[in-house]
Amino acid sequence: MGHEITAGFMPLFDSAVLVAAREMGFAAREGIELKLQRETSWANIRDRIAIGHFDVAHMLGPMPLACNLGLTPLASETIVPFSLGLGGNCVTVSNAVWQGMAAHGAAPDLDPARAGAALRALIRERAGAGRDPLRFAVVHPHSGHNYELRYWLAACGVDPTQEIEIVIVPPPFMADALAAGRIDGYCVGEPWNSASVAAGTGHIVTVKALLWRNSPEKVVGVRKAWAQENPDALAALLRALHHSARWCQDPANHQELAAVMAQPGFLGLPPAVQMPILTGHLDLGGGAEWAIDDFFVPFDKAANFPWKSHALWFYTQMVRWGHVEHTPENLAIARDCYRPDLYRSALKPLGVALPGANAKVEGALKAATPVGSAGASLVLGPDGFFDGQIFDPDEIDAYIAGQKLVRAEA
Amino acid sequence: MVRSSLAVLVIDENRIRASIIEAGLREAGHERVTVIHDVTGIARRIAEIEPDVIVIDLENPNRDMLENMFQLSRAVKRPIAMFVDRSDQASIEAAVDAGVSAYVVDGLRQERVKPILDMAVSRFNAFSRMARELEEARSELESRKVIDRAKGILMKSRGLSEEAAYTLLRKTAMNQNRKISDIAQSLVTAAGLLGPLEDE
Repeated sequence: MGHEITAGFMPLFDSAVLVAAREMGFAAREGIELKLQRETSWANIRDRIAIGHFDVAHMLGPMPLACNLGLTPLASETIVPFSLGLGGNCVTVSNAVWQGMAAHGAAPDLDPARAGAALRALIRERAGAGRDPLRFAVVHPHSGHNYELRYWLAACGVDPTQEIEIVIVPPPFMADALAAGRIDGYCVGEPWNSASVAAGTGHIVTVKALLWRNSPEKVVGVRKAWAQENPDALAALLRALHHSARWCQDPANHQELAAVMAQPGFLGLPPAVQMPILTGHLDLGGGAEWAIDDFFVPFDKAANFPWKSHALWFYTQMVRWGHVEHTPENLAIARDCYRPDLYRSALKPLGVALPGANAKVEGALKAATPVGSAGASLVLGPDGFFDGQIFDPDEIDAYIAGQKLVRAEA
Repeated sequence: MVRSSLAVLVIDENRIRASIIEAGLREAGHERVTVIHDVTGIARRIAEIEPDVIVIDLENPNRDMLENMFQLSRAVKRPIAMFVDRSDQASIEAAVDAGVSAYVVDGLRQERVKPILDMAVSRFNAFSRMARELEEARSELESRKVIDRAKGILMKSRGLSEEAAYTLLRKTAMNQNRKISDIAQSLVTAAGLLGPLEDE
């Protein structure tokens, strides 16, 4: 009866649902021996899932799309039946950039529009003085971080392809790179933003939860061939992850979760460092503190449901920034990558609340909204973009055409 | 050996392993081999070297940065794909098992590059074996030391001969289904806690 499943993960806090599934016994209760293997790069995760070392893995939300669209070497067809949570990222800048932004009207309030306007003014001032463009780092080209940083800047009138430089830096190196002046800012998940604040070398200027409320971040990527050969094991895994995610969300378990993640084989950082992501209470730098609703959501708001609209939004950004060409074939690949059907069929026996639709209009919910669903009540959203834009997955062509205009105006 | 004009770049933070690979490549007739330990400023180095083959260890967290650079940077003029032929699954598996990855300029013929990859894989495996043997030798030495100390404690506290002390340790280990060195370590720890049974 038992299933043995090997999962790769990166030492980031949002691997917590996978880690707790094993460490708190949720996997064992579903008859799964869940083997977790820590990795050092997303490239390793991609390679090892492709050659069969891993059956499933902790992945950046756009990464399975990039695999299926043939954007990376050695990729295998990967599907997404489960999301590991919403939010969790911040944009952090150096003290020098923060001072420049403050001189142009930025305040320590995380307001994306205000911070973006100040950053744009600073960028234009520097360009006028003939200085090098600011250099921002993200963790991977095909990441929520890269796309939300670009989305924010473009919506604030900055062309991220021309007016700044974007480089790739592994998350644990971000704070050091900022302190050493190799980069001027970055977008990364916690705790790597608070790390710069604690070191006195950076300021958090905005957060993912304010750029796009309750937006997708990491997912469970599954090798499609494995999923087809092991439907029962996959369904059992999804149930284990569901129970694990609910446990992770409960504030009563946060101390214990932080202690588990602190072990050297997992995140390997002291529990105190993990508190900002668990509580949404951030120190922004310079003594400013802020509490953010829905900063990181591992379970509530249908956080684990693999919305096709999330995948399709990532696809529109891949098109926008030239990572992939918009064709009917590519769109079909993007549409098939996230698999709410597998999530629904695995969780149906539990009688829990399940969204009835596979996609939603992103940005349409201005407030938390109870929705009709099978079994029990479910609350979704709010899911607004900071610039008030709406993403209707049924109107992809218009959305893609519209965002080109945003860029041209920059 | 075949003389090759291929430029090979080895990126490895482990200096010993990097030099083992470099030596292997040179022995095989590759003269244009460059080794980089630190990826700071690597874009410029790659532009200078114009490598045909890049070998990198899988432990290196900078693989994502490098792949992005290969795809985007103007410094690397030609697209670079991992391995020569993605249908060669066995080679790819052998490389990942060994802990090494490689990027090859698109369009290079497989027979020119495969020997380089095979060499890297076998040297990586040789290095892992060496590191493992070294670790085993070190822990063997450590357990011998701790067993000697445990014997000393037993000889002193129970008036046993060295042989009788060792026999007692071995019997206890067998009864408890544990290693002699574990029993010895427990005894040394306990003796340390209980007071100055030893002269140390």
